[in-house]
Order: sequence, then structure tokens, then C-alpha cells
Amino acid sequence: MKKKILDSSLLYTLIAIVIGFIVGAILLTAIGVNPGEAYAKLFNGVFSKPKFFTYSIVYAAPLIFTGLSVAFSFRTGVFNIGAEGQYVVGSLAAAVIGILCPLPPVIHAIVCLLAAALAGALWGAIVGVLKVKQGINEVLSYIMFNWIAFYLSNFVVNLKAIHTDQGAEASKNILASASIKMPAAVAKLTGCSDVHWGIVMAIIAAIILWFVMTKTTFGYQLRAVGFSRTAAEYAGISSNRVFLASMSISGLLSGLGGAVQLLGMSQRIPQFAAQESYGFQGITVALIGATNPIGCIFAGWFYGAMKYGGNKLTVIQVPNEVVNIIMGTVIIFIAIAPVFKSILTKMTTKKEAAK
Amino acid sequence: MLTNLGLLINAMLISTPPLLLAALGSCFSERSGVVNIGIEGMMTLGAFVGAAVAYFTGNGWIGFFAGGLAGAALGLIHAVVCVSLHADQTIAGTAINFIGPGFAIFLCKAIFENSSDSPALDMLAKLPKMFTNEKGVSIFPAGSFQYNVISTYSVAYLSFLLVAVIWFVFYKTRFGMRLRAAGEHPEACETLGINVYVVRYICVILSGFLSGLGGAFVTLATVSQFRPAVIVGQGFIAIAAVIFGKFSPGGAFVGCLLFGFCNGVKSLLGGSNLISPNLLSMIPYIVTLLTLIFFVGAGHVPAANGKPFVRSK
Repeated sequence: MKKKILDSSLLYTLIAIVIGFIVGAILLTAIGVNPGEAYAKLFNGVFSKPKFFTYSIVYAAPLIFTGLSVAFSFRTGVFNIGAEGQYVVGSLAAAVIGILCPLPPVIHAIVCLLAAALAGALWGAIVGVLKVKQGINEVLSYIMFNWIAFYLSNFVVNLKAIHTDQGAEASKNILASASIKMPAAVAKLTGCSDVHWGIVMAIIAAIILWFVMTKTTFGYQLRAVGFSRTAAEYAGISSNRVFLASMSISGLLSGLGGAVQLLGMSQRIPQFAAQESYGFQGITVALIGATNPIGCIFAGWFYGAMKYGGNKLTVIQVPNEVVNIIMGTVIIFIAIAPVFKSILTKMTTKKEAAK
Repeated sequence: MLTNLGLLINAMLISTPPLLLAALGSCFSERSGVVNIGIEGMMTLGAFVGAAVAYFTGNGWIGFFAGGLAGAALGLIHAVVCVSLHADQTIAGTAINFIGPGFAIFLCKAIFENSSDSPALDMLAKLPKMFTNEKGVSIFPAGSFQYNVISTYSVAYLSFLLVAVIWFVFYKTRFGMRLRAAGEHPEACETLGINVYVVRYICVILSGFLSGLGGAFVTLATVSQFRPAVIVGQGFIAIAAVIFGKFSPGGAFVGCLLFGFCNGVKSLLGGSNLISPNLLSMIPYIVTLLTLIFFVGAGHVPAANGKPFVRSK
């Protein structure tokens, strides 16, 4: 039993999160803020009203998608640091179709989502092709494609047909028919005017992914390649095909993340001054969720809640960047979890030996 | 014509040094076998600390150096996590990219009355330009060729000089040989009695220091204040330049000049709608991809790059 607990990644994730909050508290104290007060604000900012809680779920939707995207690629041993770019092209594709192609409601939204999925998958697949055909390190090309997507989006937003004429540095709003907002009754019930179908799609995607990863031959092949490429090849699995498939699917998921945020929440693309970081936040979500699709749902909500609750900190003049610092610390401590594990295991075995 | 050339060179001299300093840092880290994609975060923290220290001391040089130290502190974290604790280096770098900018803006708001921008720096608190009088005004007539090319930031030329120094360190000193060996075959190094951990620690901290200097150059020369979006991709362009330059200081220099030139053209074209600035901004990344596809391939990446080295007991 004890061993089981020590082997569970959940334990180390929880330790990492606690350390993250401690580091945040130290920094807050250092700048003269009472951390208890700040964390209470954060907590109440999520849980004190149904409206706030609903918002935390709305914030979670795109993060669950990018989290799933990174988690899925992780299983094959690929680190999808390109989720950021795939998210951006997904949102861009959805925006272009959403603005330029009038279609009947529902169908319009579906076409937008398909376009986003395709764009994201393509963005991931190119990197996959470079990896398997040219042997190019995917981390490097992912980074390049992130920034190409960034400037491509800014380029398209500034095109005459796309740019708003309302005097903002942003695209036009998508047509109402492309929106995936939930009916006004739900918005009224929850008090959250931005409530949309994204979270439902994210949960469905997570369940499908869980099924594919654990119950299908393809999922088995993915994991086999992730464990050992050579062993998988020996067993007759073409690792190149598996890489291409997983990197495309991973891109598809991030692309969908961009689309649900656009069609549900923002309704338009701003001209970016800096990366919006949904993809990088997805890396955190995947790590906190232990690369398990169902875990990603909870991790995505946790991150969404931290982002939404964190915004409330500005009300009491506390820098909400503390959330980024906490999350960065969490990543580091999850990354060094094996060290923790060996220390804890050593400590317990010593105790048992002493008995 | 000469004026335009002067303006172009001037723009290059301003946009290249931050890339170059960070790229030289990246060379140290990558060649010693530690992937550092946290350069961007290190630059951002360096940019803030540089601006803040210069604001309070009124001295650009002190600010510049402080920015380097701030980057080095993040480098130290990266080294502890990657070298001693064997964490995945890409994940650790991602964390640095959260922590660096987060901490920079956090501190900025804490120090400057909840504003995410630091106050604009006085001309004399910035890095000095060469050939200026005691008020910091150039001795050449404004807009002339000499004004644009010679009477510019001394750090720009110093950073070019640094390329030669670092080339010398890499290829002509014992430390340089060791750091290159640590990135190719750490096990063999240890057999020969070279402490791979120490070499990698030094290199990763140096990469943080140089990245911090690069970030500080942006706030102390180009922008005159810290803003959240002051570092947008320069860290990643620096990494791109290193890949373009096949992980050598000289090659990275050529890459930075090329990407600095792209930036120069961008700022020269400015408002004119001749070529979209967004398309120009893509060039460094596309050129790097093409280099990877056609020239470099996988072969030139240091063999032990990204692999945690666990010393056998």
C-alpha cells in the first residue's frame, strides 16, 4: 500500500502544486502582500459565486484541448512544444471561415471546427514529416512554426477582408452563425454570459482519446513507440507512421482548442503583441494531468481556475503574474519528481530496515 | 542613398546585439550538452532588472551588468534542475519561460506602483553612445552617415568583439575543448577526469548571463523602458541563429547579422506598405527551417545535447 502511494504520480503532482503555492507565498510576502489574503481572493474568485465557477470552466476549455494535445504527443515520446502555433493556426482558420463564409447556424460552426482541426493537424504534420523524412529535431522546428503561426495570424488579421472597421487592432467578429455559445437561458442561469459548448467538446475529446490510447491497437502502438522505438520496430510497428499520426492528431487537438476559444469566447482574433501562451499552458496541463486524458480535464480546470481567479488579484493590487510563477514552479517540481521519488523511497525503506 | 544605408546599418546595429549576446549564450549551453529554450525568459528578466537598476542608479552600465546577473540566476536554476537533478531540459526551459517573464512583470508591478511598464529612462541612464558630448548628444550632425553608424551604442561593437573572444575560448583554450567534449561524449570526459557537471554548470550560467545582457540591451538602448512585450521572440530568434550557425559562435554571428538585417529592413520600411512587416518577421524562422532541411540535417547537433548525464557510481 505504502509502495503504491509512493509510486503514484498524483502524490508528486500534489507536492509540486503545494511547493508552487509556497514559492508564490514567499514572493508575495517579500513584496509586502499577505499571501493568505491573496490566496483567499484567488479562491473566492473561483468558488464564491456560480458565475465565477462557470467562468473557471469556460477558461478551462481551450486549456484542456492543448493539454490533451501535449499529453497525446508525450505518449509517443514526442514533446509537442508546437501546441502554441497549432492553436494559433486553428483559431485563425476558424476565424477566416467564421468571418468570410456565411453558412446556416450549427453547420457553420462545424465547418469552422473542421477547418481548425485540419489547420492544426497540418501544422503538426509538417513537423512530423521533417522529423521522419529529414531527421530534424522536432523541438527546433516546432519552435520555428510557433513563430511563423504568430506572424501569419498578425498578417491575416491585417488583411482588408478580415480586419475590423471598428477601429480596433483586431479582426472582424465572426458571424453569429459560427458561434458556439450556449443558449441565452444557460447564460442567464449561470450568470456567465460567455458560457459555450467548448467544455463539452473538450470532455468528449478527452474520453475519445482515453479510449484510443488504452483500448485500441493504435493506442498500443503509440505507447510501444514511446517506450522504445527500436523494440517497436522489431515488433513490426512502423515508428515513422506512428510519429506522423500522433503528431498530426496532437496538432488537430490544439487547433480545436484555438477554435473553441475563438468561436465560444473571444469571437475575434486580436493583433498579437506577445504569444497568448495557450499552447505552453497546455504543456503544464499535460504534466499536471500526468499525460492522462482524464487527468487533463481536471488539470485544465485547475489552470483555468488559476487564470480566472488570478485576474481578481489585480483588484486588490496584487500582481496576477504570481500565477505564472506558481505554474512555472509546479512544472519544475514535476520535472524533477523522479528525484523526490528516490529520496522518499530511500527514506521509507531505511525505516523499514530499521524495524 | 548613403543616408538610407546609414539608417539600415543603424537599425542593424540596434537589433543585432540582443540576438547576438543571447545566441552566444545559447552556444555555450547547447555545446556543453544542455538544451536551453528558456533564453526568452532569461532575456525578459534581464530586460526588466536592467531597466530597473539603471533607473535607480542612473547608470546604464550597472543596469546592463545587473541584467546579466538576473539572467545568470535563472541560468543557475536551469543548471540545478537539468544537470544535478537530470530533469527533461525542454520542460525545464518551458518552466523558465513562465517564471522569467512572470517574475519580471511581478517585480515591475511591485516596485513601480502596480504598473507593468517601468518609467522611461533618462538619456544618461541608458547605455552610452560613442562620440557624444557630455549631454549624450552625438558630435556628428543628426541623420548623417557617421551619426548613424559610428555614433551608436558601444555595446553593439563590443558584442561583435565578444564573438572573437568566445571563438577563441571555444577553440583555443582547454575549457573550450572540455565544454565541446561534454556536449559530445560526457562519459568519455569523465573517464579523462573532466568534471562534466562543473563544465555544464558554468556553461548554462554563462548562457543565462549573456541572455540577460541581451535582454538588458533592449531596455537600455532600444526601448528605454521595460514593457511586458519588450522581448517578443528575440530569445527564440537567437536559438534559430545558433541552429542556422551550426552551433558555432561564428556561425551564430552570421545568423544574427542576417536576422538583424531583416529587422533593419523592417524598421526602415516602417509605415510604408511595400512588404508586410509581419511577413518580414517570419524570415528568420523560415530561413532557419530551410537551413535545417537543406544544409544541416541532424548530424551537426552536439551528440549529447538534451540528454541528462547521470554519473555512474
